[in-house]
Amino acid sequence: MPVLGKYAVTVLSAYGLSLLFLVGLVAWSYLRWRGVKAELQRQEDSQDV
Amino acid sequence: MIALLQRDLRLATRAGGGFGLALVFFLILVLLVPFGVGPDTAVLAKIAPGILWLGALLACLLSLDRLLALDWEDGALELLATSPLPMEAVIALKALAHWLTTGLPLVLVAPVLGLMLNLPGAGYIWLTVSLALGTPTLSMIGCFGAALTVGIKRGGLLLSLLVLPLYVPTLIFGAEVARRGAEGLELATPLLLLVGISCGTIALLPFAAGTVLKMNLR
Amino acid sequence: MSLWEYANPRRFLGLSERLLPGLSVLSLLLLTAGLIWGFFYSPDDYRMGSTVKIIYLHVPSALMAINGWIMMLVASLVWLIRRHHVSALAAKAAAPVGAVMTVIALITGAIWGQPMWGTWWVWDPRLTSFLILFLFYLGYMALWHAVDDPDKAADLTSMLCLVGSVFALLSRYAVNFWNQGLHQGASLSLDKEEHVADVFYVPLVITIGGFVLLFLALVLLRTGTEIRLRRISVLINRGRMT
Repeated sequence: MPVLGKYAVTVLSAYGLSLLFLVGLVAWSYLRWRGVKAELQRQEDSQDV
Repeated sequence: MIALLQRDLRLATRAGGGFGLALVFFLILVLLVPFGVGPDTAVLAKIAPGILWLGALLACLLSLDRLLALDWEDGALELLATSPLPMEAVIALKALAHWLTTGLPLVLVAPVLGLMLNLPGAGYIWLTVSLALGTPTLSMIGCFGAALTVGIKRGGLLLSLLVLPLYVPTLIFGAEVARRGAEGLELATPLLLLVGISCGTIALLPFAAGTVLKMNLR
Repeated sequence: MSLWEYANPRRFLGLSERLLPGLSVLSLLLLTAGLIWGFFYSPDDYRMGSTVKIIYLHVPSALMAINGWIMMLVASLVWLIRRHHVSALAAKAAAPVGAVMTVIALITGAIWGQPMWGTWWVWDPRLTSFLILFLFYLGYMALWHAVDDPDKAADLTSMLCLVGSVFALLSRYAVNFWNQGLHQGASLSLDKEEHVADVFYVPLVITIGGFVLLFLALVLLRTGTEIRLRRISVLINRGRMT
């Protein structure tokens, strides 16, 4: 761990929050993508019948 | 064209047309400010130009949803779209009517309210000038926002969300003119920029708003 | 093979989903490499101490916040002129990504500024401009959701993006005029003097690259979702009619 010194809280909270947002955005986008893909598959299957 | 303008003016000023509500709102806001920030006259004098500008801006914002929504609901907009008058002209006239019934009264009342907020003597003329130059722009920008949200039910809040960021440049330069005027500082730059924004907006936004209205009428 | 081939939704889905895995991996690699290098292996700044490490998140996110809007502007113009649905949906898809980038830029900016400037928020022109940009993003997204007919929504939001861009630019200059500001000069200026020192430069460029690819990957992913959502509603409507 580098010596963050007196700014440790500052730097870590900046990194922590940013990564939280990024991970959240990626997760949300991916889960939504997956859900919609499945839903479309369901719709197409029910219409093919 | 004159007929259209007269019609809008008549609609706005008759009973139930909402005329005067913006003025009352402006007055109430100015009354509330000392309650919010304390009665210290030095403080009030300092913030007076900004508060008056903000008040005028918000009062303008309030009356925007009536601008097009009423004509939309009773089908008048569709009729106007088929008329030989180009959409840009219709929009410009509506914005003018809005300014005449909302902005202009605010401009005239502002100095009186300035008295209540201890606006410094030199500030009165520049407050009036900046509001006179800026409020037409606010009406025009508001018209664009109204055109965007005209078909949306209860779109008033969305209208505010869309229009307020667009108001920022006008507010910044207008309030700056009023503030510098009150403090006796040199104000040519913000004044010129305010005029520039006003001219540009009034010249170009009718086309954008007209296009948007046509999109909504499709 | 022209880019316009991918205006076709099926082709777009095919290509974008073939590209996504590689793009995602590359983005993750660049981000990890850049952030680890910057966080663990770059020195402290003599003025700012270890807080300079925030630069590796603040600058890339700020860049993407702006470029995201520019991408939306171009996509909106393409929709208005050539009426390619993929373009309109790409703009819709990019907005939340750009908005999150703006939030990250604001938060990292505020946190970084606190020890430097003494308060959590200052009305510095750059921070203020980003706040205004965030409001533009919110308005854009709100309009998409408020209009039922998708083509009309695409039309209206494109016009909003256009007019909004002009006013966003005006606001930038107005805000600069309004408050001369505490923010340091450009970090990546071509002018040698304003440029951030070289020790920081390389990991910064790497993280910027990572952010760019991340933005691209997310937009491709989300556009795919929007395309599928359109298709679902078409199928549902067709199902209702039969």
